[in-house]
Amino acid sequence: MAYDAQPAPATVYHPAPAGMNIKVAASDLSVRYGGALALDRVAMDIPDRSVTACIGPSGCGKSTFLRCINRMNDTIETARVSGSIRIDGEEVNDRSIDPVLLRARVGMVFQKPNPFPKSIYENVAYGPRIHGLAASKDELDAIVETSLTKAGLWKEVADRLHQPGTSLSGGQQQRLVIARAIAVNPEVILMDEPCSALDPIATARIEELIDELRENYALIIVTHSMAQAARVSQMTAFFHLGALVEYGPTEEIFTNPRDQRTQDYITGRFG
Amino acid sequence: MNRPASIRTAVEARLARRHRAERRFQFYGAAAICLAVAFLALLIGSILIQSVPAMTTWRMTLQVELDRAAIDPRGDMSEASLRRGGYNAAIQQALRDQFPDVEDRAELRELFGLYSSVNAARLLNRVVQDPSLVGGTVSFTFPIDDDADLYLKGVSVRESRAPGPAPVRIQAGEGRAVTLSAEARVFDAFVDDVREAARERARILEQRAERAEAALADAIDRDIRAIYEAEARRARAQAERLRDRLDEGAPVVIGPQIPSLLVQVDGAVIRVSDVSADRRSARGEMVISAPLGEAAHSDWTLWTIETPQAGRLISDRQIAWVDALRERGMTRSGFNTELFTYADSREPELAGVLGALIGSVLTMFVTMLLAVPIGVGAAIYLEEFAPKNRITQLIEVNINNLAAVPSIVFGLLGLAVFINTFGLPRSAPLVGGIVLALMTLPTVIISSRAALKAVPPSIREAALGVGASKTQAVFHHVLPLAAPGILTGSIIGLAQALGETAPLLMIGMVAFIADAPSLGLAGFTEPSTVMPVQIFLWSSAAERAFEARTAAAILVLLTLMVSLNAAAIYLRRRFERRW
Repeated sequence: MAYDAQPAPATVYHPAPAGMNIKVAASDLSVRYGGALALDRVAMDIPDRSVTACIGPSGCGKSTFLRCINRMNDTIETARVSGSIRIDGEEVNDRSIDPVLLRARVGMVFQKPNPFPKSIYENVAYGPRIHGLAASKDELDAIVETSLTKAGLWKEVADRLHQPGTSLSGGQQQRLVIARAIAVNPEVILMDEPCSALDPIATARIEELIDELRENYALIIVTHSMAQAARVSQMTAFFHLGALVEYGPTEEIFTNPRDQRTQDYITGRFG
Repeated sequence: MNRPASIRTAVEARLARRHRAERRFQFYGAAAICLAVAFLALLIGSILIQSVPAMTTWRMTLQVELDRAAIDPRGDMSEASLRRGGYNAAIQQALRDQFPDVEDRAELRELFGLYSSVNAARLLNRVVQDPSLVGGTVSFTFPIDDDADLYLKGVSVRESRAPGPAPVRIQAGEGRAVTLSAEARVFDAFVDDVREAARERARILEQRAERAEAALADAIDRDIRAIYEAEARRARAQAERLRDRLDEGAPVVIGPQIPSLLVQVDGAVIRVSDVSADRRSARGEMVISAPLGEAAHSDWTLWTIETPQAGRLISDRQIAWVDALRERGMTRSGFNTELFTYADSREPELAGVLGALIGSVLTMFVTMLLAVPIGVGAAIYLEEFAPKNRITQLIEVNINNLAAVPSIVFGLLGLAVFINTFGLPRSAPLVGGIVLALMTLPTVIISSRAALKAVPPSIREAALGVGASKTQAVFHHVLPLAAPGILTGSIIGLAQALGETAPLLMIGMVAFIADAPSLGLAGFTEPSTVMPVQIFLWSSAAERAFEARTAAAILVLLTLMVSLNAAAIYLRRRFERRW
């Protein structure tokens, strides 16, 4: 295809639209898995209190980018991260940054719901407990309740908090995982294809929830569904072959893409 | 179906074959399982059958008179004095009272061979606990000698009884010697049997001589020729002697190589020493005396002990005595509690597995304490924390290799390092446990790593995602999920260690230990043995009674193994969690 023949894109800086608070800023961010280049010199600013969607075909590096933000790539032996990524101006890749502290600030929700095989209560209480966020049992109870309420799950599970989290349905499990993430009061929430394992009704619930969470957090969501990206996000980033091709307000990306590849992808010519 | 006919026919043509292949495969599977179950049943069945004689034991009850002077030699009733009492003499006296006509020293030794003098210690303990027994008569029950026990169980001696075919007259002679005479050929059947057996035996001896002579023809070496020559000569001579005795005109002299004949008449037992050539009269001696009149007795029993004296460890006299004791109701068969409450002994009737069982428990405790934490810790480090580089790879390969090292090598290591270098006591459960822990470690590490690997990575990611440290993620989430697998692996490793013999031979746990180690801290350094070694020791013991006890000990060990494995299954079910 035509764009395959194009030279590798030079680092193009993608600023956030004016008037928005920048929460996460990446520049010259590259990731290698062994010899393979998974992310190629990405530079972008992600605004606070909004939803940023990362789209692109499989293997384009969007999940890798997400995992850079909370340094989950550390757990992959062969991953080598270079370049810079900042949260509120603070360098994430800096040696002095403790990934444990970082991950308390940056929550993460995974593709498949992965509640701990413990009770619903324990699932939510685990984070606050290890970080020492609650001084007493009552405080912990309150954190669990507000987190579950924020995740829109409280009404469904209030009377069975001590049943295993794995006994919930897939959609409920994913909301439980979101509650678990917000229980430690993060600033950024990363979601890696949070709805890909869910049915349309559960997906709609999660999307509603994402929209509500926008008021308090910066959300970054990786999705394969362009419709979902269009529905929930304010900003959209299109990745292709490890490079960030285009980044801008969602409306603009979907109605008036500047790059041919973006155009082809969102119109379904490839992907 | 508008599928093209060609595809349909092609599929149909192969369909029957495919189904057949599937059925065949299922049949193979079922057959393999049936075969395995059959072998298992055969194994357990044969052990069970072999162990049956060891499950019960015959005990003798004697009314033992505790004479004050003999039991309390100092006369102050102190414990020290009571411990010096002549308990065995008291038991001996009680036994002599049953058979007052036993006078001869050799005969007395035979009589006292019906029990082990070790039993006197039990009587002593009873008296020390309750000194008021002194001066009275106590009813003392103790296991009978193993050879008598086997005789009573009908295991070791073949015998038959037949009513005397015609009246017999018994004349008392010198001492206890008697002469039996009858009008008819009352010893006909016995003599025929003896002749037949002797003929058979002579034939076997001649065959042996022929084999030796054939070997002699081929042999060149002088020493070997001498051995064969002697062998041939000996066999020929023995056969010759037997053939001589077969002569119809000669009397039958009952020697150790041919069946014995006892005659029971009116409460007396006569041991026949020779039968006259006319088969109407015989000579013998009273083993158990009773007043017999001059008149002919028509109610008498010919009691043939078909196993010759040379082929058994219980003498004719002992058989007569044991039989009399049984008649008098002084012996009783019961469950063999000694097998479970006593430690090892040279006397099979007093040998039990308790010492080995305690030794095994102590050894396993040490093994568990060392192998499980170290093994699981190593597995967690290697699986979760260690960088994947050449060094860890090397370690991994070596752990796998260690699992394949013959266990006796660990025993040598234990001997060289723990006993010789560190000077730990030999034969002790402590050293045994350490050696077995070394042997079990690779099993625990490998199975624990497999269990950790089986935990889905999503759980680790979830934990790390909420900000748990690596250690917290492992100990809070991964380890609980891997626990069933780790437990199963550890228990299987321990079960393997429980059945291990070879390394323990090296560190001296093969010694004969007659006292059970104490079940406390001191027990770890006391000499002891373990179940498999006990089985090994008993299996090579000379006494025939150990044969059944070996099988019984194997059953105890198997029970222990099965319960360990059952515990493994239970724990796995208990801790298994879905994710």
